[in-house]
Amino acid sequence: MSVAPASLRDEFPLLAAAPQLHYLDSAATAQIHRLALDAVVCHETTCRANVSRGTYRLAEAADLAYEQARQTAARFLNASSADEVIFTSGATAALNLVAHSFGGTLKAGDRVLISVAEHHSNFVPWQMLRERTGIELALIPVLASGQLDLAHLSELIDSNCRLVAVTQCSNVTGAWTDVATLVAAARKVGAKVLLDGAQGAQHGPQDVRALGIDFYAFSGHKCFGPGGVGVLWGRGELLAAMPPFLTGGGMIAEVTPAETTWAPPPQRFEAGTPPIAQAVGLAAALEWMMSLDWLQIHARENRLCELLIEGLQRIPGLRLLGPEASAERAPIVSFEIPGLHPHDICQVLDAHNLALRGGHHCAQPLLAALGAEVCTRASIALYSDEADIEALLDGLRFALQELT
Amino acid sequence: MNQSDSLYEDAIKQFAQAGHGHGQLAAATGAAKLDNPLCGDRVRVQVAVASDHIAAIAHDTKGCLLCRAAAAVIGLRAVGQDELGIEAITTGLESMLKHGSPVPAAWPELSMFEPARAYPSRHRCVLLPFRALLAALQESRRSQHGDIPVL
Repeated sequence: MSVAPASLRDEFPLLAAAPQLHYLDSAATAQIHRLALDAVVCHETTCRANVSRGTYRLAEAADLAYEQARQTAARFLNASSADEVIFTSGATAALNLVAHSFGGTLKAGDRVLISVAEHHSNFVPWQMLRERTGIELALIPVLASGQLDLAHLSELIDSNCRLVAVTQCSNVTGAWTDVATLVAAARKVGAKVLLDGAQGAQHGPQDVRALGIDFYAFSGHKCFGPGGVGVLWGRGELLAAMPPFLTGGGMIAEVTPAETTWAPPPQRFEAGTPPIAQAVGLAAALEWMMSLDWLQIHARENRLCELLIEGLQRIPGLRLLGPEASAERAPIVSFEIPGLHPHDICQVLDAHNLALRGGHHCAQPLLAALGAEVCTRASIALYSDEADIEALLDGLRFALQELT
Repeated sequence: MNQSDSLYEDAIKQFAQAGHGHGQLAAATGAAKLDNPLCGDRVRVQVAVASDHIAAIAHDTKGCLLCRAAAAVIGLRAVGQDELGIEAITTGLESMLKHGSPVPAAWPELSMFEPARAYPSRHRCVLLPFRALLAALQESRRSQHGDIPVL
């Protein structure tokens, strides 16, 4: 049964214990849901053992829990098979995995297309690949709204293009990417599509098959789960053709003095001991997410986003970054106030129990394209409420008085 | 008053606004640019060193109030100092922030940063101009004397 309680704060232990806190930094890390925390504690106190190695009952229980977590992640993504789900330490590790492994199959002159709007996690790995292999790294520009400018896509996605690797949703502007247009253009030339879902997955279950993409990466700590775990989903036939990224225990078929052969995916890409309890905790968070009524949640998030934007627009001189229409953005709202540095703003807001992020948000190319260097960001999640928005607008009025 | 409100004393705002030393030198002997990767703050410092002492200094600082106030302090105070003196002030300031040591006596206005002790993530904001100045002095020494370590 789908549920959308009026306020979800009480389901998050940290928020329940700190009713005075206005947490508006969920784009950086979302709070952990009680069920995810309980699942981690339960696993560590009843099933803690390494996976894919032991034959004793405790190890079998750990194996079962870990593989059930993989099944849950596959359902969250509507993947064809749990074997397409690789647990990593986070979205950054997942993106680096693709850049090294799939990237290693590319040759000089092949083009990887990213966008100016990428988080550094989906920017730097491709620059490094360019240095290693001589690929051509091309950039989709952004419009003044921060949305990807797809006007000249046919020039960027031509027969040299092997991979389009873009964000699903900007961590600065909240702008959603027009994935369908990119996928259609990529398919025409046989290019693969990687979607960085670090921000997108927090806003509901995904359907990687309907999206038509080839890789999807997201982090557990942004999806109300524990830190230290993330997911890379990849199409089975692509993963099967890719070499390993990290090597070590658990990812081999056979090691001889002469050579090593690889285990099939997903184990091929999970060298060493994986984040077992974290994966179990993440699965509990994803199960909970799948139980929610996302139409109601999106309506609520959009309403809060509009309330915030309306309030911000009343502050003289404040410049909003991102699309104007709430339907075109996730509830991530960044802004500049001339003469005030985001660090100072956030410091004053903190004294009023408001948690926001200021800085370049690991997206320096995007900020430069938008004519900014740093900005203040409020990111709304499903547990945010009107009181958070009112407190932020009050806090900003105080910051303006305090800092000028 | 809330805790962090006291961080922004009038002295910090006044120094940041005054921006002592902001600008460029026509003839620098050393220069350095340092960033704070956390927030994107950037400090460029130029020095003109004569007889191992700072004869002139200029900085271009894009940053928060703490960073800009700290840059203004070095703009006001650094002329006449040598590298060892700046190193001692920087060490003293860092110790004041991290360990609660006394304010470096030679530069008493650094007391305005004492409230920042409670905010470790902001220590780098205060220290960035000092570290940039040290880097500029080191570059000046290398360009003038070769790679001879300061004694």
